[in-house]
Amino acid sequence: MPELFIELFGEEIPARMQAGGAADLARLLTAALADLKPSGVRTWYGPRRIALAASIAAEVPASTQSERGPRASAPSQAVEGFLRKHGAAREDLREESGFLVLARSLPARPAAALIAAALPDLLRRFPWPKSMRWGGSSQFVWVRPLRRITCLLDGALVAFDMRQGEDEGHGLASGNVSEGHRFLAPGGFPVTGAAPWVEELRKRFVIADAGERKRIIKDGVGELAAAENLAVVDDPGLLDEVAGLVEWPVPMLGRIDAAYMDLPPEVMQVSMRVNQRYFALRRADGTAADRFAFVANVVPDDGGKAIVAGNERVLRARFADARHFWDLDRRTKLADRLPTLDSVTFHARLGSQGARARRIAALAGTIAAALGADANLARRAGLLCKGDLASGMVGEFPELQGVMGGYYAAHDGEAPGVAAAIRFHYAPRGPNEAPPTEPLAAAVALADKLDTLVGFFAVGEKPSGAGDPFALRRAALGVIRILREGGLRLALCPILGAAATGYAELASPGVVEEVLAFIAERLRVQLRAEGARHDVLAAVLGAGLDDDLVRLLARTEAVASVLATEEGTNLLAGYRRAANILRIEEAKDGPHDEAVASHLLHLASEQVLDRAAAAARVAVPAALTEQNFTGAMAALAELRAPLDAFFAEVMVNDPVPELRRNRLALLARVRATMNQVAEFSRIEG
Amino acid sequence: MAGPSFQDLILRLHDFWSRQGCVILQPYDVEMGAGTFHPATTLRALGPRPWAAAYVQPSRRPSDGRYGENPNRLQHYYQYQVIMKPSPEAAQDMLLASYRELGLDPRRHDFRFVEDDWESPTLGAWGLGWEVWCDGMEVGQFTYFQQVGGIPVVLPSFEMTYGLERLAMYVQDVERVFDLDFNGRGVTYGDVFLRAEREYSAHNFEHADTAMLARHFQDAEAECAALLREKLALPAYDQCIKASHLFNLLDARGVISVSERAAYIGRVRALAKACCEAWVAGEETP
Repeated sequence: MPELFIELFGEEIPARMQAGGAADLARLLTAALADLKPSGVRTWYGPRRIALAASIAAEVPASTQSERGPRASAPSQAVEGFLRKHGAAREDLREESGFLVLARSLPARPAAALIAAALPDLLRRFPWPKSMRWGGSSQFVWVRPLRRITCLLDGALVAFDMRQGEDEGHGLASGNVSEGHRFLAPGGFPVTGAAPWVEELRKRFVIADAGERKRIIKDGVGELAAAENLAVVDDPGLLDEVAGLVEWPVPMLGRIDAAYMDLPPEVMQVSMRVNQRYFALRRADGTAADRFAFVANVVPDDGGKAIVAGNERVLRARFADARHFWDLDRRTKLADRLPTLDSVTFHARLGSQGARARRIAALAGTIAAALGADANLARRAGLLCKGDLASGMVGEFPELQGVMGGYYAAHDGEAPGVAAAIRFHYAPRGPNEAPPTEPLAAAVALADKLDTLVGFFAVGEKPSGAGDPFALRRAALGVIRILREGGLRLALCPILGAAATGYAELASPGVVEEVLAFIAERLRVQLRAEGARHDVLAAVLGAGLDDDLVRLLARTEAVASVLATEEGTNLLAGYRRAANILRIEEAKDGPHDEAVASHLLHLASEQVLDRAAAAARVAVPAALTEQNFTGAMAALAELRAPLDAFFAEVMVNDPVPELRRNRLALLARVRATMNQVAEFSRIEG
Repeated sequence: MAGPSFQDLILRLHDFWSRQGCVILQPYDVEMGAGTFHPATTLRALGPRPWAAAYVQPSRRPSDGRYGENPNRLQHYYQYQVIMKPSPEAAQDMLLASYRELGLDPRRHDFRFVEDDWESPTLGAWGLGWEVWCDGMEVGQFTYFQQVGGIPVVLPSFEMTYGLERLAMYVQDVERVFDLDFNGRGVTYGDVFLRAEREYSAHNFEHADTAMLARHFQDAEAECAALLREKLALPAYDQCIKASHLFNLLDARGVISVSERAAYIGRVRALAKACCEAWVAGEETP
């Protein structure tokens, strides 16, 4: 199959848009050329280009197409109209089951013609996140000025241009010329296909494949660090971005001025990352190294002396800025920043950051008391935890919120536990961040998230579909992880109630249940993502919403572990059989929840099941009261053999009506007892 | 490295951009926050007539004053501003050539174009472009104008802004702005500007009469509107620039609350928009 190759070469594409641009090109081209059955689509992307290669059919073969016209009996105007529409003559028509049919033969359409016809429109409508105009008056927009379009079919130029009516389309037309590195190999070179293009680019100091550039950077930076007995701080996002900023990556190492090594390592790392796209390095003991790694895009003619010196110098200026904030911020105590927070809006309907801090403080105290932590310290940490939002450093680097608060609190002489609680109160912010486990810090972190959840639910700002502008799902997941990974026993209902009190009349009475249900749903989603038995959780929730997540999970775990055994499988089978029969019979003349009449139990297996059910009916609630979920499941497991024997011997739908009703009542009792532990009908598989 | 003196940088840039066909202008004689506010950029970016100009513009950022004590921050500094309309196809190459003229060779230094979209809320203007990096340092801002004064441009301009002090510190390898060699004959940047930085910082942060500034803001606003009624776009725009600078002074004095701030910016933007509309109207009916 012929190879289609397209390269779109221009001025520097923002790093964050390159991969998406290449994916869009593949998606749109595959759709536009669907008739040519594109396969084996490959894409490349980098600072100055996105490109694509695919195998396509050489042509859309000739075909015939039948078009049904008017009835044979139709008036002649209708027939003439039909012929006019299709540019056909009377003799082209034949009659088929009462209708006139036009058989039209479509000629084969060569691939090049289809490509040339499809591409101008595709390029003019390309969905860059932000597009721009440039040069003359053309309305053809691109992410940054587009300079060359290469379009080849098996090496032969597919000719088209970007003119459209009066619009000259920047004078762009397809060609067969690409360009290598801007400085190391200036000028154009002819392209004949995807593979030679990749190789020619390599000779011209361009690594076309982003993955290869990433490997070169990762390995190169790693080797430079290792030679100094240092390790690179892992940062996949930074690696992606840097790979999008260079065509020919040349990793280098620079030195950090000793005068700045007393800055908090987080400050140094963020400043390097955000402002400079430098990689932070660590010593073997985990402390910050006085080196940084960066990636140049040129093989310098002096071995890199000027580039390293330049980058070191820039970093000195950056760190001088950071030091300015660090020194200035520490002159004001966090506590003295609280009045400032009163004039900073948190959310138009939820008040100021100051009000938020006071709510979090109260709630953190309540939670700390429930967790057995020091409520006074929790309140203190809660009150101060947003103070760094008014600091210069967080103004400059918002990603340091919390971390700076921790440093400033320690500097102010706050208790170490308070400083730690402030530092970690946003945690966990993502799957890679650990939740705080120390109860004081956990209390403040929980208070921060629960206050947010209750507040936004109170004003109706709930997540919908993909929209979650206030990151409420992340907040709920944070609550779940703090409780779960810390094994913290906390009844959420009273806590949510206390959170709602913080919003006074804003929070309706239903908000506590809504937030609890939201958290439970996130827990179910989380279990499913972990490949755990989310259906078992749903079943347990079906037995009644438990506001203690640790207890809820223990119960889920107990049910899941029994269901994983053969005994459990059989028990579930028995339950289902009972539930199925009940569903069908209840539809006829149910419900069948009357008391079981022992004098009507004639068969031995009936009597055994009745005794087992009666025992379970006592044992299960007793075990649940003691939160002994394994015990509750063990009590249910006692039902398994009697159930099996019952179904083996007994015909439930006995012709004698009272026997039938009594047996259904017995099964209903078994089902009700089991449903106390979990709604087993929700178990899948 | 003993790079070119501060004034030599300016002379080389003048010479270079003059050769690219730019009109070399002198600084505009109204205080402003950035070279973009110069009518040679803001107004000339609009309308269908081609235009190319380069100039130095003293830029005033009252809040950035540090009494001459910070090695990098100034409340008054120089921007070198280039505008070419329509944007030439070789804009990036021209720009890189200009750095070569200043002694920065892209075979020895690491030049990069890093995404940076430009937006001026007070001018109702935006464009797409890059920060130009040399060895990790931002040595310029490159923008393709898309809209000015709320009006989409007819012909997109290429706008380049060099921060002259920062660039000079780099090519002269100087760590403190006041140590810059100004003229190559012993005069430093500090000799010229240190006292001004101290005195203007005191003025901007401590002594500027805020009641008077607020009054002058209203005066400028009213005068701008009056001049626009006479279709005098250029004098009206002077009042718009003055209002913008007065707002910056009030902001530096810390007397503008968060909500007032947005309102002030909106008022300046309304002036800019009206001036730009008046300018475009005048261009269309010569």
